[in-house]
Amino acid sequence: MSGLFVTDAQIAEARKLASEITDPIFELIARNTTISVERTVLRWFGVDGVGNLGAPLVNLMCDRLKEAGVLNKGAAYWYGRALRMGATSPLDAVERLTAAPLETLKPLAPAEEAKLRDEVRAEARAAVDELKARVAHRNELKTKFPMAAAPHKYVIVATGNIFDDVDQARAAAQAGADVIAVIRSTAQSLLDYVPQGATTEGYGGTYATQENFRVMREALDDESRKLGRYVELTNYSSGLCMSEIAFMAAWERLDMLLNDAMYGILFRDINMRRTFIDQYFSRRICALAGLIINTGEDNYITTADAFDAAHTVIASQFINECFAKRAGLADWQLGIGHSYELDPHKPDTLLLELSQAMLVRRCFPDAPLKYMPPTKHKETDIFFSHAYDVMADLVAVWTNQGIQLLGMMTEAMHTPLLGDRYVALKAASYIHRAARGIDQEFTVREDGKIADRARFVFGKALDLLRECHGDGMVAAIGRGRFGDVKRAETGGKGLDGVVEKASDYFNPFLELMEGK
Amino acid sequence: MTREKQLIRAYGDRRDDGIIQISFTLPVAASEKAKEAAQLYCKKLGLTDVKVAAAERAADQYTFFVVYARSPVIIDYNEIDTPEIVIKKLGFYELNEFIEQKIGRKVVVFGACTGTDTHTVGIDAILNMKGFAGDYGLERYPWFEAFNLGSQVPNAELIRRAIEKKADAILVSQVVTQRDVHKENSRHFIEEAKAAGIVGKMTLLLGGPRVDHKLALELGFDAGFGPGTKPSDVANFVAHQVMQRLGKEEKGTHFEGEPT
Repeated sequence: MSGLFVTDAQIAEARKLASEITDPIFELIARNTTISVERTVLRWFGVDGVGNLGAPLVNLMCDRLKEAGVLNKGAAYWYGRALRMGATSPLDAVERLTAAPLETLKPLAPAEEAKLRDEVRAEARAAVDELKARVAHRNELKTKFPMAAAPHKYVIVATGNIFDDVDQARAAAQAGADVIAVIRSTAQSLLDYVPQGATTEGYGGTYATQENFRVMREALDDESRKLGRYVELTNYSSGLCMSEIAFMAAWERLDMLLNDAMYGILFRDINMRRTFIDQYFSRRICALAGLIINTGEDNYITTADAFDAAHTVIASQFINECFAKRAGLADWQLGIGHSYELDPHKPDTLLLELSQAMLVRRCFPDAPLKYMPPTKHKETDIFFSHAYDVMADLVAVWTNQGIQLLGMMTEAMHTPLLGDRYVALKAASYIHRAARGIDQEFTVREDGKIADRARFVFGKALDLLRECHGDGMVAAIGRGRFGDVKRAETGGKGLDGVVEKASDYFNPFLELMEGK
Repeated sequence: MTREKQLIRAYGDRRDDGIIQISFTLPVAASEKAKEAAQLYCKKLGLTDVKVAAAERAADQYTFFVVYARSPVIIDYNEIDTPEIVIKKLGFYELNEFIEQKIGRKVVVFGACTGTDTHTVGIDAILNMKGFAGDYGLERYPWFEAFNLGSQVPNAELIRRAIEKKADAILVSQVVTQRDVHKENSRHFIEEAKAAGIVGKMTLLLGGPRVDHKLALELGFDAGFGPGTKPSDVANFVAHQVMQRLGKEEKGTHFEGEPT
């Protein structure tokens, strides 16, 4: 059994601090919207496709609304106005709106305004129901073809070409993978639009597009039926189009999304306000669609040192959990992230990694957790690298991780070859099979190295949470408390896409998801 | 002058047995025929005594092989040119002392992953305090002033910032190599560096898992650092470059640990 290490009261204190830390952020979220949230709204109404120069229609429309200074009423409102102008389709609505003199358009009579909102609300309700039906279809497949036991083995494909990715994903599923992640093309997170259609060119990965999602999910549905075992699909809801990606993923029946409340701020230098607002709407969608999120705390210890910064992982996990819960996500949807990243040249690393993983398990007993493999200290001796990964496999099964991204022996060399993935899956299956239940056999002594380290790390995490509580999240991020990365509130990319809501702001999807 | 030859072959279990181990995947279903295909494949590579140690079903239509075989290849070790080592690589404390005494000011270094590359693992390993595999990063050296600008930095921006601080060296890290994007971006960096007039004045270094010294020189850099590079290798190299630019050390002086 994992040790207790800390008292329930201490854990409750951490949760309370995290909740109070995020209070002011939720005020910010309630007051503002972003251009990407509004694009998501339009997508949900069925606005799809691209204009003459290849720009997505939702971008054309929201850019026009923003330029006219009226985006603060909400894209849904303007969509409704277009319908009342006689628009017969979402495309027609976009054309009418981009041509309309929005700056001078007068409000309708109050009764007409109310009617417009009722009509748009009804359409939103139908769109939500359609999404729910798609999700129900996914859940049926999952019930019919149950997944293998956790830890679910998660592997990455990254060819740049969605059709090659399909071949690799099928092969990985056949070799025992439970979750397939399609890595995104480098720097897609900084694009302020989502590319359209199936793509065959990418750098370091494959573009996340709705069509690519559909193509891959269809292939995995087919593979799941053949294997009699459901294979999950995940992608990345991060960057400037966080909520649009969440919607597309939900619609195309993905199962999981990388989705972190602070990752974009710290690691992609995306503006803080933009990220906080976008993550909320994206997480609302994940909650509705039963998507499991994966948070990104593992990244902290690729920039900062895993030994020195272990407490920042724990503190951030409490904050991420709080953001998630307040967006309606349930425990089973929280793939809280952490990783096996201690320098293997140091002594006691297996004990210390066990300590950290057990502490995370202790703090989040009902969350699936997402365990990441070593990357930072990977060298190019593949034989050592393989042994190193196997230790992470052991810790994963020992601490009941729900999701385990498998390490690749060629990490630090190239994107995984098909054979690399096979070798990793074979070894992880062996370790999981061999050691499942080990936590029930061994009790961790409360006066040993593992427990001491866990108490020490938790104590420092509480200190950091207290600091964030005292000075605010923004100041703590400004001081580089997370991942050694410093960011300012008005710095980074995408701040110009943040819009303060008007008093009559209208977003029927948000109303429905918030249950108002 | 004729040099004596030193002929060598791969060493498996005894001298000159030529035994090597390789693994690869063929896009066919696992079967006896697939195993034969692996045999044939290895024979066509010029290998003999091919032993297919493992032929595993990696997926329905893919078989993964581990092979041991003999390679007939013989090379003359003495044919390989390596620079003569004249200066010993200095450790953390020695190098700081060296800079303090011989250069007398801090050595300024800028680094970033430029272009679209978001992977800061390499540049962080070299520059961050912590360093890599127990070898301190340049930020830790009191006689280095290191600026790590992170990822996705435009080449021009990195150069501009380096000029502002009168940097001695710029480190460009390139991790993503798909479709040779690293080469394209590195060429672009050198063009920008030429336009800014810093080539030959600042030391320009390229690093990354698929970078080697030869490639870096071809692209126009002063040196390239590949996988396994320790921060102290870069620190030593930069310190010697500064010495040479100051005329305090003969140009082309070789030292232990320099990129080759």
